[in-house]
Amino acid sequence: MAALPRWLRQPAFPSWPFYLLGLAPGVWLFVQALTDNLGADPAKALERGLGEWALRLIILGLAITPLRQSLGINWLRYRRAVGLLAFFYVLAHLITYILLDQGLDWAAIGADILKRPYITIGMLGFVLLLPLAVTSSNAMIRRLGGVRWRRLHRLVYPAALAGAVHFLLLVKSWPLEPIIYAAIVVTLLGWRLLPRGGRERPATGRL
Amino acid sequence: MLLRHAPDLGERDVTPQALYLSRRHLLAGAGGLLLAGSAAAAPLTAAKSKLSTDETLTPLKDVTSYNNYYEFGVDKSEPARNAHRLTTSPWTVQVDGMVAKPTNFALEDIIKPAKLEERIYRMRCVEGWSMVIPWIGFPLADLLARVEPLGSAKYVAFETALRPNEMTGVGGFLKVLDWPYREGLRLDEAMHPLTLLAVGLYGETLPNQNGAPLRLVVPWKYGFKGIKSIVRITLTDKQPQTSWNMQAPQEYGFYSNVNPEVDHPRWSQATERRIGEGGLFAKRRPTLPFNGYADQVAGLYTGMDLRKYY
Repeated sequence: MAALPRWLRQPAFPSWPFYLLGLAPGVWLFVQALTDNLGADPAKALERGLGEWALRLIILGLAITPLRQSLGINWLRYRRAVGLLAFFYVLAHLITYILLDQGLDWAAIGADILKRPYITIGMLGFVLLLPLAVTSSNAMIRRLGGVRWRRLHRLVYPAALAGAVHFLLLVKSWPLEPIIYAAIVVTLLGWRLLPRGGRERPATGRL
Repeated sequence: MLLRHAPDLGERDVTPQALYLSRRHLLAGAGGLLLAGSAAAAPLTAAKSKLSTDETLTPLKDVTSYNNYYEFGVDKSEPARNAHRLTTSPWTVQVDGMVAKPTNFALEDIIKPAKLEERIYRMRCVEGWSMVIPWIGFPLADLLARVEPLGSAKYVAFETALRPNEMTGVGGFLKVLDWPYREGLRLDEAMHPLTLLAVGLYGETLPNQNGAPLRLVVPWKYGFKGIKSIVRITLTDKQPQTSWNMQAPQEYGFYSNVNPEVDHPRWSQATERRIGEGGLFAKRRPTLPFNGYADQVAGLYTGMDLRKYY
């Protein structure tokens, strides 16, 4: 792995630009929606766009460990930014659904959550991410202790699956895009089931 | 009463001025529109109809940029980009099956004798959104009368063109639907005066993404029943296979009448968003039984369990 440049293997730049960069697509979508540049159904397009960015960020977060263990690319220090951004997009997606899609029709929202599998599963994904966002600070990691914190944060696995299934279930027929997202999520989760010895583990420190 | 005759409304009440101006512009250059295969819109003259709604029209740009036409891609923005590839002239429509005079019509021979009307209809998509579209067309019943259906005919089957060389969405290893696209109606539904064969919208010939050159419009049914770019109409005594029913029978029935009481298994059908109304902050509105056409069509289904025959 010596061929990889150091800035890629072990980047040293701070994580705050990630937050700015990560928020940009969401802000852009919102501006486009406000200025009537998101097509005929802007609320739906905004909702869909935010949801897809959430899924992309979750995938990016899930890719960090496999990249480190198999290619020696250590982006661990940016994982918190990626995770929090993913949570932010899920939250914005949910708020768009409640406010703009359903117009605060709580009866309809309640019925959706109970009766529509894709909404039930989407809500489940959101609920699973809540404790992860709440415990993302250094202070919380210290309070929980590394072992418990890591165990808790495995909730991101079912949450990622929920996100992928949520997308698959809401479309008509079997278009390619949600299938690709689901395949990536399944691959990244499947990688974690490989026997430990089977994974190459360059000496890049432990967590 | 949802069906209103609005004699006090003039053409200018339903057509944006810019469109009128563009029509005149088009008329001026009409000579250039007669190219074979050309998809350019040409103006159409049509009589007003008492069957039109007086609701606010969905803007033309939304009607022509937000389309479900899976032969040109599954995203609703794709047909507007890809459908120009479809050669719509020359075009023939085979009308056959249980009829006394099976005929292979050239499109001109269908349109020339037809009395074109402007019909402003609500269109409710099964996905939970709706539009108000000023179609130009003629009753399907008029065309069927020309081929003289036999007494044994009970249903009408429709088929969309299948042109892998022109349609960007029908290839690939993942087939979204079993092509060609197929739809069907019971004969009495097909003969109903509201059932329209459309050749235009907003005063001009149909844009390709809206189903040029000839499409079906059945305003009390979900939009996917309105089969586009029709090449074949067959009268039969058996209930025809329909594409979405073949794809997911538990989700899309043969009838597919708009019904707020019968949910799609994966989403509610109780409300809809009217496209072009209020932008980002548009409120949903309640969906009406038979899309507001119950007075005219509910009688077709007397005694039928609409939960069973969804």
